Formats: sequence, C-alpha cells, structure tokens
Amino acid sequence: MIKFCMRIFSLFALSASVFMLLVSSSFASGHGGTTKVGFVYLTTPGDHGWTYAHELGKQMVEKRFGKDVKISVVENVPEGPDATRVIRELAKQGNEIIFTTSFGYMEPTLKVAKEFPNIKFEHITGYKRSKNLATGNIRFYEGRYIQGVVAGLMTKTNKIGYIGAYPIAEVIMGINAFAQGLRSVNKDATISVIWANTWYDPVKEADAAKVHIAEGADILAQHTDSPAMLQIAEKKGALGFGQSTDMSAFAPKAQLFASVNNWGPYYIKKIEQLRNKKWSTGDGPDHWAGNVWGGLDADMLTISKFQNMPGDVAKKAQKAVNDVKTGKVNIFAGPLVDNTGKEIIPAGKTLDDGALWGMNYYLKGVNGKIPG
Amino acid sequence: MFTFVPRDKVSKNWVIVGPLVSIFFTIFFGLLIFTFLGYDPLETLYQVFMSPFSRIDRISDIFVKACPLIIIGCGLMLCFRANIWNIGAEGQFIMGALLAGSFALLFPDVETKFLLLIMLVIGFIGGALWAFIPAILKTKLNVNEILVSLMLVYVAMLFIDFIVRGPLRDPMSFGFPLTKPYPEGALINKIPFPGIGFLGQLHYGILIILLLIPLSWIFINKTLGGFKITVLGSAPKASKFAGFKENSITTTVLLLSGGLAGVAGVVEVSANMGQLQPEVSFGYGFTAIIVAFLGRLNPVGIFFAGITIATVKLGADNAQMAMGIPKVVTGLFEGILLFFLLTGETLQKYQIKWNKVK
Repeated sequence: MIKFCMRIFSLFALSASVFMLLVSSSFASGHGGTTKVGFVYLTTPGDHGWTYAHELGKQMVEKRFGKDVKISVVENVPEGPDATRVIRELAKQGNEIIFTTSFGYMEPTLKVAKEFPNIKFEHITGYKRSKNLATGNIRFYEGRYIQGVVAGLMTKTNKIGYIGAYPIAEVIMGINAFAQGLRSVNKDATISVIWANTWYDPVKEADAAKVHIAEGADILAQHTDSPAMLQIAEKKGALGFGQSTDMSAFAPKAQLFASVNNWGPYYIKKIEQLRNKKWSTGDGPDHWAGNVWGGLDADMLTISKFQNMPGDVAKKAQKAVNDVKTGKVNIFAGPLVDNTGKEIIPAGKTLDDGALWGMNYYLKGVNGKIPG
Repeated sequence: MFTFVPRDKVSKNWVIVGPLVSIFFTIFFGLLIFTFLGYDPLETLYQVFMSPFSRIDRISDIFVKACPLIIIGCGLMLCFRANIWNIGAEGQFIMGALLAGSFALLFPDVETKFLLLIMLVIGFIGGALWAFIPAILKTKLNVNEILVSLMLVYVAMLFIDFIVRGPLRDPMSFGFPLTKPYPEGALINKIPFPGIGFLGQLHYGILIILLLIPLSWIFINKTLGGFKITVLGSAPKASKFAGFKENSITTTVLLLSGGLAGVAGVVEVSANMGQLQPEVSFGYGFTAIIVAFLGRLNPVGIFFAGITIATVKLGADNAQMAMGIPKVVTGLFEGILLFFLLTGETLQKYQIKWNKVK
C-alpha cells in the first residue's frame, strides 16, 4: 500500500514540476499582441444582478477582441485582505489592466496600484484614484428617472414602493431622480422607501415588497440586487422595475422594464486605449463619481424593452429616454424643493455632479426621513 | 445500523498510512471530478495544492491567510478538549476587533506601537467578554453554549454593522460604511526583508503564532490547568472525583478561546485592513473549528491544519486565475479533502460495528 502511494506521489510530483516548467516558460515567451486583462468579481456571476452585468461586459470584451485579449477572472472575492492578495496576484501574473468591480475593493486596489505603477487599474464605483488607478461609474439615476416617469403614468393608487439598500448618496440620488420623473407626469403620486440594509438578500427584499403592496403600493422599484421584489409583484399583481440586468425572465408579467448596467463599452474603450498606448485615467474631471461617469448617452446604461404597459406610456417613456440622452431634460434642474419644503436650488440653476454625491435629503414626492 | 467502537490499540502503521490513504482518495476523487467537468485534472491539482508554494511571496500569503485561523484554532482547542462547544468564535473575533478598533480611533495621531499592544489586550478582553455570555449562561442556568455562542455571532455582526454605519462612520467617506483609517500606532506593519523588500502581505502579526503554539503546547501538556481541561473533556466523572471545579474550567476555556479569537480580530484588521468596515471576518471563526479538529486538538497539528486549509483556499483562487475553474468546483474539492481527512482520523480511532437491524 505504502509503495503504491509513494508511486502515485512521485508521479504527481513529477507532473507538478513539469507543469511548473510549462508555466514558467509560458511567462518567459511574452504575449506578442495579446493583452492580459484581469477581472475581480464580488460573487459568482449567476444569472442576474450586479456581478452578472460585469460578466456580460466581460463577454463583450471577449467578443470584440477575440484572441487579442487573455482574460483572467476571479470570482467570489470578499472585500478584505483576500482582495489585496488576489489583485496583487493578477498583477504579478502579468495582467496589464485589472478591473475590480465592487466598491469594497477601493483600498485593496489602491494599495496594489501603488506597488505596480506600470499596470493600469480600473476600480468600479470608488472615489480614490491615483496615476494608474482610474475609477468608472454609471449614472444609474438616469434609469430611475425613466422608471419614475413610467410609474407616474401607470400607478392607480398613486403609491410607489421603493426598496433601498443603504442610505448612501448613490441610493438617495436614485430615489430623488425617481421622484423627479414621477412628478414630471403625476403630481399626486408619492414614494415610500423601505431600507433593506443589504445589497442582496432575497428574503428581506421579498418581505419589503410584501409590506409595500400591503400598504397599497401598486408599482415597486428597487435599489437592491435580487429579483425577489419582482417575483412578489408578479404573484400579487403589482408592477415593478428590474435592476442591473433584464429580469423579465423572473417576472414576465410584472417587469415594466429594467435599467441595465452596460459595462462592455467602457471595458472595451479602456482596453483599446491601453492597446494603443493611450490609456489615461479618464475623460471626466477628477470628481467623486469617477473619471468616467457615463449614463444613457454613453450607452453605459441601457433600458430594456418596455413591457406590460400601454403603447402611449411606452411612447412617453421612450421620449423621456431620448430627452435625457440629448440633454433636453436635466433631471436635477431647479426649482428643487426637499420634502420638508426647504428650497435646494431656485429655478434656472441645476445641481452639479458634486452636489449629487452630497445628497442627504429627499426631494418633494418622497415620504419620510432619511435614517441616521 | 452501525456504531463506532473505540479501538483498543491504534496501530502505529495506520497513523502514517491513514493520512496518506485519505490524501490518495482525495486526489483520486478530485481527478475524477475535474476530468468529468472537463478541466485538465493534473494541472488543477497542481494549481490547488502546489501553486501556493511556487513563489516565496505566495508562501508568505499562506501564512497571512492561516494566521487568524491558527490563533482562533488554538483557543478553540481548549474548549473542545473540555467538551465545551464554542461555535461563536466568529462573533468573538468581531467584538475583539471592534472594541480594539474603537479604542484606536480615539487616538488619531498616536504613532507609537504601544497603542497596538493595548489594542491586543483590549481585543482579548472584547472577545472574552463576548464568550463570557455563553459561559455564565451555561454555568448558572445550564443553557446550551452551542446555541448561545452561535447566535451571538449574528448579534456581533449586526452590532459592528451598526457602529460602522452610525457612530464611527468617517464623515469623509461619502456616506459609505467605513471608519476613519487607524492611526499609525495601531497598524501592524509588513515585515521588510533585506534585499527583497516586502513579501506579499507578510506582517509582524505572524510572530503571535510563533509565540502561541509553544505556549499553548506547554499549557496543555505540562500544567495542571491544561490537565484539568483534558480530564473534564475525556472523563467528566473522574474530573468530579478529583475535585476539579467544572464551572470554573468551563468559564476559563470560554474566556481564553473568546479572548484569542478577539486577538485574531485585532491582528487581522490592524495588519490587513487598517480601518473597520461592516465585514471584518470572512468566516475565520467557523473555518477555525475545522482547523482545530483537523489539527487533532493539539497546537502543532493546528498549525499544519491552518496551513493546509489556507493553501487550498489560495490554490482555489490560483486555479480560477490560471484555468477559470469556478470557486464552487474547488470548494467541492476542498470538501472532499476535509471529508477524507476527518474520516481517516475517525477510522483510526474507532472501528465500525454493524448491528443487526431489529
């Protein structure tokens, strides 16, 4: 028995050393035209939500560049020391550009970016940058404005139920954009917010949806990641909007449309820049949201097919999309009044990007107070 | 159906052959699964088992990953030896980190590492206090410590979440749930090696393991306290006849294991994060339970068990990077490894007796 085990082991050790040899030689041979790209995912991509949207973006990169890129993905990386190690490892393995796709990778990415000044890092949704660390983000709130427009036209009870993740500026600006869209077509409707205190928890999200419906809401919106809210809406005959990716498969009769995060064009652009030796941190100013903060017009946010609504509502929604795209509508144009009646800005002024990231108030049309 | 009967004598040969057989089965089933799923089986094995040792900085990463597991594991060893089931090290880890971190944030400008020493003590106290709750409930009211310690994990998780989002949130964090960065004096630095620089994330916290393992070995094997713990666990009646106080032993082991988990929390945050965030532990407290058992409840074993588990975890990441194998697949492999190692150990000590079904 022992002899047999030893044999297996020596075989194993032999093959291991052969592999080490192969691995090291493949490093030495260089990559001649191929660009090595690394991705770090928070979860397994699954078939919906935040990470899946990044996965779709990665697939667009594969399609666009084919054999010219070699992609390494690490999924399920917790936002702590493991992230630092994984990002460093990707850098050591010769990836030339590394996308880290969750807010919590901010410090780890910054740390590793300092150690590898020749490698480009792209952190999604963070606010800390350096010479070789760019940040990218999507104007998610633009999609929520369109949701508000559709909700205002579709609601019969004039009660909108909104599920928020955490009371941070990102989420609050989404609620306020929704309110602006809502009130642009329907001055009587109001929004109630339930905080789930999680980005992803189907049970909590479903519970919040049930509460909203029990309180009379007939349109639901979410800033959380699972399809649970839509599934409840489907069961109870309410309507709602999908998040991050198209969720109509989960709720074919309930989803009005989904705001879809479209990372592909951003990834492709940055990789293209790198390949042409023209990579820079980004085109925008060095503001909070990211060197790149693109929305509907940049195609980084797309709107899925309008469903479960009459043709004229879809038409108005499409018009709102076009108006936001062309800039004809500025979502946060004055006069803006918060929900206590205090004026934020007078008519003729608009909120700039910096002010969006400082939002700590609800605009008119939203019920209640921000916790904390 | 069947029962496990203790073997009269554990065969010396099996002590050596047993683990080898376990590993053989692991590799065999691993190869089978990888082949079945269409991955190159040998390269997968290489990535999972060997690649973490392929570069010196990767080896140092193993120690970084294993560090909290080994510290917690040494504490849990005391509990499990006394047959006290502390399942809540995760919560004690969090409370240690939280209490010490809150203390550190009171002194934003301190640069002396003396602060760190105080934090380690506070972390120990934080973890111990959290473990004191199941201890007092167990000794006074005979409440099951498994349930209490486990449920307190969730209390601790929610508590740190609340603290980091509320009272201790950094006003400059744009509303994101992060505290201010720790002052310099609260950070555990990376170890510089002359001529090489830093090796990955290798930090001075590792020294705690080097201290802890001999100390806990001596405690368990050479002191009366350690002896009492072992006797209470393996022969409670004998312990009673000898006049050992069960309640005080129970309380002591819970305080010690909670305290060590708290220390692990301080080390992990001070070395690798440098600030508090809603999640500071990533299941270390639970994984350490496996480490303690895999290490056969002795400090040297726990050291190697911690290294083994850390290796496989890092190997899983490497396999993803090199071959695109999803973590669920390598997780499956990890499960097979643990299954065979623990089965092997159990069958060494026990034999299976089949009973006739009545």
